[in-house]
Amino acid sequence: MSIKTVRNLRRLSQIVFFVIFFWLILKTNFDVDFSVANGSDIHLPYPVSLFLQFDPLTALGTLLSSWTVYEGLLWSLVILIPTIFLGRFFCGWICPMGSLNHWISEIRSERITHRGKGKIESNRYKKYQRIKYYIFFFFIGAALMGTLQVGLLDPLPFLARSIGTVVLPTVQSAALGVVGWIKSIGYPPLGNAAQSVYDTISPLVLNYRPVYFHAILTIGLLFVVVLLLNRLFIRFWCRGICPLGAMLGIFSRYAIFGLQKDESKCNQCAMCNLHCQGGDNPDVGHTWHQAECHLCLNCQAACPEDALSFRFFPQHEPSRANPAPTPKVDVTRRKVLLSFLGGVALFPLIRSGDAFGANPNPRLIRPPGSVNESAFLAKCIRCGQCMRVCPNNALHPTFMESGAEGIWTPILIPVIGYCEPTCTLCTQVCPTGAILHLTIKQKVGDKNEPPVRIGTAFFDRGRCLPWAMGKTCIVCEEWCPTSPKSIYLKEETFVDRNGNEMTLKRPYVDPNLCTGCGACEYACPVVDRPAIYITSVGESRSAKNQILLQRSKLRQGSQQS
Amino acid sequence: MKRREFIKKTCQAAALAAVSGGVGFLFHNRESSAYAKLVQANPAFQVAADSSLPKIVLAQNADHIAALHAALDAVGGIKRFVKPGEKVTIKPNIGWDRTPEQGADTNPVLVGEMVRLCFDAGASEVVISDIPCNYAPRCFLRSGIKEAAEKAGAKVILPRDEDLVTVDLGGKMLTAWPVLKHFIETDRLINMPIVKNHSLSRCTVGMKNLYGILGGSRNQLHQQIDQSIVDLATFFTPTLVVVDATRVMLRGGPTGGSLDDVTIKNTVICATDQVAADARSAEFLDMQPDKIGHIVLAQSSGLGNLDYKAAGYKELS
Repeated sequence: MSIKTVRNLRRLSQIVFFVIFFWLILKTNFDVDFSVANGSDIHLPYPVSLFLQFDPLTALGTLLSSWTVYEGLLWSLVILIPTIFLGRFFCGWICPMGSLNHWISEIRSERITHRGKGKIESNRYKKYQRIKYYIFFFFIGAALMGTLQVGLLDPLPFLARSIGTVVLPTVQSAALGVVGWIKSIGYPPLGNAAQSVYDTISPLVLNYRPVYFHAILTIGLLFVVVLLLNRLFIRFWCRGICPLGAMLGIFSRYAIFGLQKDESKCNQCAMCNLHCQGGDNPDVGHTWHQAECHLCLNCQAACPEDALSFRFFPQHEPSRANPAPTPKVDVTRRKVLLSFLGGVALFPLIRSGDAFGANPNPRLIRPPGSVNESAFLAKCIRCGQCMRVCPNNALHPTFMESGAEGIWTPILIPVIGYCEPTCTLCTQVCPTGAILHLTIKQKVGDKNEPPVRIGTAFFDRGRCLPWAMGKTCIVCEEWCPTSPKSIYLKEETFVDRNGNEMTLKRPYVDPNLCTGCGACEYACPVVDRPAIYITSVGESRSAKNQILLQRSKLRQGSQQS
Repeated sequence: MKRREFIKKTCQAAALAAVSGGVGFLFHNRESSAYAKLVQANPAFQVAADSSLPKIVLAQNADHIAALHAALDAVGGIKRFVKPGEKVTIKPNIGWDRTPEQGADTNPVLVGEMVRLCFDAGASEVVISDIPCNYAPRCFLRSGIKEAAEKAGAKVILPRDEDLVTVDLGGKMLTAWPVLKHFIETDRLINMPIVKNHSLSRCTVGMKNLYGILGGSRNQLHQQIDQSIVDLATFFTPTLVVVDATRVMLRGGPTGGSLDDVTIKNTVICATDQVAADARSAEFLDMQPDKIGHIVLAQSSGLGNLDYKAAGYKELS
């Protein structure tokens, strides 16, 4: 097989893995095989978080922060172990974020860094490429202390989150906008044609109804900036920022596969550097950096003199004009230690803020099945899969609701969507066990086992129609999904401004029964700020965040906080 | 400046000025409000009355399909209501994300059979839709109605914002309101409710089931629930009401959730008088129909007869 064929295989591999990644995110949706005859639990037909489970950085981060390699994360060894022998093949052949950066970098540009000599110079190894190692060690230090921040910049959760909460919803808004605009022209055949095109295409990629996400500005902005940086510096993310690339670079220290440069054949044409993806100096005359190389094989394929070849146990005869390659990462021990200690120090720094324990946001409602907050922050990689799969659009990335520490972790916002009692989809997709699996039976509870609670409902009597205004309304009670209902009604007398008495039903909450699902808040006709609202108190995952005495006792055995 | 240049520049400037001014005048609008375009509709789904037939028939049978056939034949048979080539829309209650056993949504077996009957009578198309409270795809799936109706050949359509049209319902309380268009663009409307208790309207059977046709902020309708139900039932008087009382939700309605809330009655009611149908059904909940606000109001508004026995009642078992 010629090297050009192998390079084409790499291109194919990039496309295939990108498509798989994208397809799995598309399928993280209410797209289920279900028949009433086969029972009432709804399951996703595909293991939609599988790609994320192949992520070695997620595995290492959660291992250090929680001392568990959760379920499918063991798959990450399938990437990590070959990397130890081969090098960063993942970056060049598999990583969908890497491929995206690759493609965007390769779009023609008149910019100096994208053509001719400027590009050759730009592709040479640069000091900024060390930044990713500092980021990596910083995150490792933080993880070891118990705050998992790798998900902020880990490329797989980064891309999953960006596509799931920003790109796809934006595409849907745009598509609906275009269809609406065509319809508004007022020529029905055209409008119907637009609608039928939408109806045909939308089930493949879009949700049944538009979704809206909290805090997408920060996610979207970062995503756009990362993509645009490729226009300034080729693969800036992969070379300079990506902590997963850094980790794989460190693990390729003892690789037995590498680049062999034949000094005698080289005529210094620099074609290898022109096409280099990693910025690792493949040319004769400079030190080749094993840890930076993505194994894209462009250099070998581009070399007209056959001076370069990737092989097992490459032979190097260093000379003055052709220095030996280095398997080492180009960072000093001191700086590694400093970044690591920085990460270690991050933990007491953020935890001395009030958001975690002293003054947690009462509206921080976590998905059902979530582990207690300290374990949650040690496990959540903010991939956004729970948010994408939630059929009610109830789960959202936080902005500052769980402090800066928990940015983009999931929060349930009942005004937008409530938690359907018989839905367990978010518990099925979490790749790290921040949300543990639930069955409907566990979630709803029965006579012996309490239901899973995510909060408790409270009335704002100053806004409630029957309480404040003498108007009939029972919508919260009507919607309340527990049986018996957690919201009950009592006939009471209302005296209006003229002294006329009238009887009407007023709603009350029974905290013993309320699970905090938020259906009442969602359905309340006082739409702008509902007269009934959920706060996190009473959530099953916490022993401390309780109102009822017996429940604090009950849960203490099973969960610590 | 040359003459040619002078003319050219002046003409260009004049053209731009004309376009700017023209756009301003063309789009000038002094009206300060823009209402959504109202769709005028006046659906007439009912068939001619036949005094030789009872207006309401109740059939009890553990075989629910047999019960449906018996009750339907006694009110005149499906061919009386659906003529060949007609489009039929069925409105089951698919309001909640519940399984059939929990009795919050219409029995899927009955819905499937009704679809089959309509096709037997020569219907060109049978559409099933509803605007549920819970997430529509989940309700349609878990209620079993999507599966049963599609198997029988019906078009099961999820409600979407794009399919809402604002219609003048011409009621005392309900005037312009967004309505799911499938319930207007049809020849026949068959209402297939289930019998449940409800804390405000006391019972939810046929007329209350029509809420599912409405979009918009229908949670505000509860402030005048009786009048809004009657307005809706006046506008959308169905061809036929088929009440599913195979399972009846006695408490915890309209959502329920526990099997303890449900009792088995194995009964199907077919009626051409929707008030009589609701009145008879209320008795499953141990309620007197003349104590239920919207049923009383419906009678006084001339929608039907709450004294169902006087309306022409037949019981088969």
